[in-house]
Amino acid sequence: MFETSNSSWLSEEVKTGTTIMAIEFDGGVVLGSDSRVSAGESIVNRVMNKLSPLHDKIYCALSGSAADAQAMADMVSYQLQLHSIEMGEAPRVSSAATLVRNISYKHKEELSAHLIVAGWDRRKGGQVFVTLDGMIARQPFAVGGSGSSYIYGYVDSAYRPGMTKEECLHFVTNTLTLAMGRDGSSGGVAYLVTITEKGSEEKVILGNELPAFHDE
Amino acid sequence: MASLSVCQPQCGGFSFENSKRNALLEAEFTKLGHSLPAARKTGTTICGVVFKDGVVLGADTRATEGMIVADKNCSKIHYISPNIYCCGAGTAADTEMTTQIISSNLELHALSTGRPSRVATANRMLKQMLFRYQGYIGAALVLGGVDSAGPHLYSIYPHGSTDKLPYVTMGSGSLAAMAVFEDRYKQDMEEGEAKQLVRDAIAAGIFNDLGSGSNIDLCVITKNNIDYIRPHDKANKKGVRSGSYKYKRGTTGVLTKNIIPLDLELVEEVVQTMDTS
Repeated sequence: MFETSNSSWLSEEVKTGTTIMAIEFDGGVVLGSDSRVSAGESIVNRVMNKLSPLHDKIYCALSGSAADAQAMADMVSYQLQLHSIEMGEAPRVSSAATLVRNISYKHKEELSAHLIVAGWDRRKGGQVFVTLDGMIARQPFAVGGSGSSYIYGYVDSAYRPGMTKEECLHFVTNTLTLAMGRDGSSGGVAYLVTITEKGSEEKVILGNELPAFHDE
Repeated sequence: MASLSVCQPQCGGFSFENSKRNALLEAEFTKLGHSLPAARKTGTTICGVVFKDGVVLGADTRATEGMIVADKNCSKIHYISPNIYCCGAGTAADTEMTTQIISSNLELHALSTGRPSRVATANRMLKQMLFRYQGYIGAALVLGGVDSAGPHLYSIYPHGSTDKLPYVTMGSGSLAAMAVFEDRYKQDMEEGEAKQLVRDAIAAGIFNDLGSGSNIDLCVITKNNIDYIRPHDKANKKGVRSGSYKYKRGTTGVLTKNIIPLDLELVEEVVQTMDTS
């Protein structure tokens, strides 16, 4: 009894629980994530930034197993840097997404992490790619993680094509707040990253600064 | 769709098939009423905190084998490099060997680069090794040190995920220690304050968790100095017996005495001198 209850931290895999999302607008993308990392019932990191840079203007949002997601992001970041040096120009978002997809698909059975890749490149502007289960698809916006189930209704009704950068930031903040309010595995603070031609801009919204909804 | 998989082509990477087999064997063994010998775990409370000039790492000193204390004073703060130390929780052998391997590789790396090692390098090496073994190496580590870029603290989990934070706790007593940290941690603490905080966090683990106990070890790492304080606090000193329960000679009366000498034959005499040089 002592073994199983107290050594659960050792055998429980560290998952990022999570709510992540990314949305395109004309001129760039906005990515958002919560900050909770759990191992079983215990929260091991309440301020983790799940928006990981793959390159200057390409970020990915991590979800699923923390170890798998971090390892994948590290591998892709290395491969992308090499690719970018070989090409002599900034990499395309679709290249980054393809590299993520290649690893996801090849090790489909072993890995349990989902990365949403989003960024800006010269050719096609802001793009969001989903790479769940080893496929690759470009979408105007994407949500992921355990908290995403609770907000499909909200995003499907509140999304309008052609939103401005500020509207997108507002939309992402609201979505994350709603998800964190309902999903036990999501919480903490909200991290937002805006990527445009000029570069990337990171922002943190602390727990008490999140918008309040009817139940508070 | 039927698929024959008699001969699978050999692909690169590890095969963890034997682990599945071991788990099945263990289940069968337990059914028969026996239990396989348990690996020695360090139970443990380990923690670290970043303060103004560096990091303070702390650990308890109890090593358990099931419900028995195997070692009352084991050392859980391991050397990685002159400016980097690592606390280990989980399977004792795994933490010991993993830290030694990375310490050795890091020294070679430092000689190759011609610069003192960075904490981020040690973190990368540890996480990549643990990920390669998919969590089968049960090592949960708190890595801390001071390098050219300042003080750094990482927590590393057996599956290979890492977190870079200003204060971390690991082990079975991690919740008790984290409660102390969350209450009293401040940014840019002085060394004395930080040492007291770590000491109290480990003490919370020792007194509220069965898997942690005995003394508190501390390691203070600053830019130019390492203070390996073992023990910092003997929180559980063995009590002094207040009375003797030995029977005096003559308590039992002797009625008869019969001495029989044993006849031994000297067969072979071998003398081996000790090397006392």
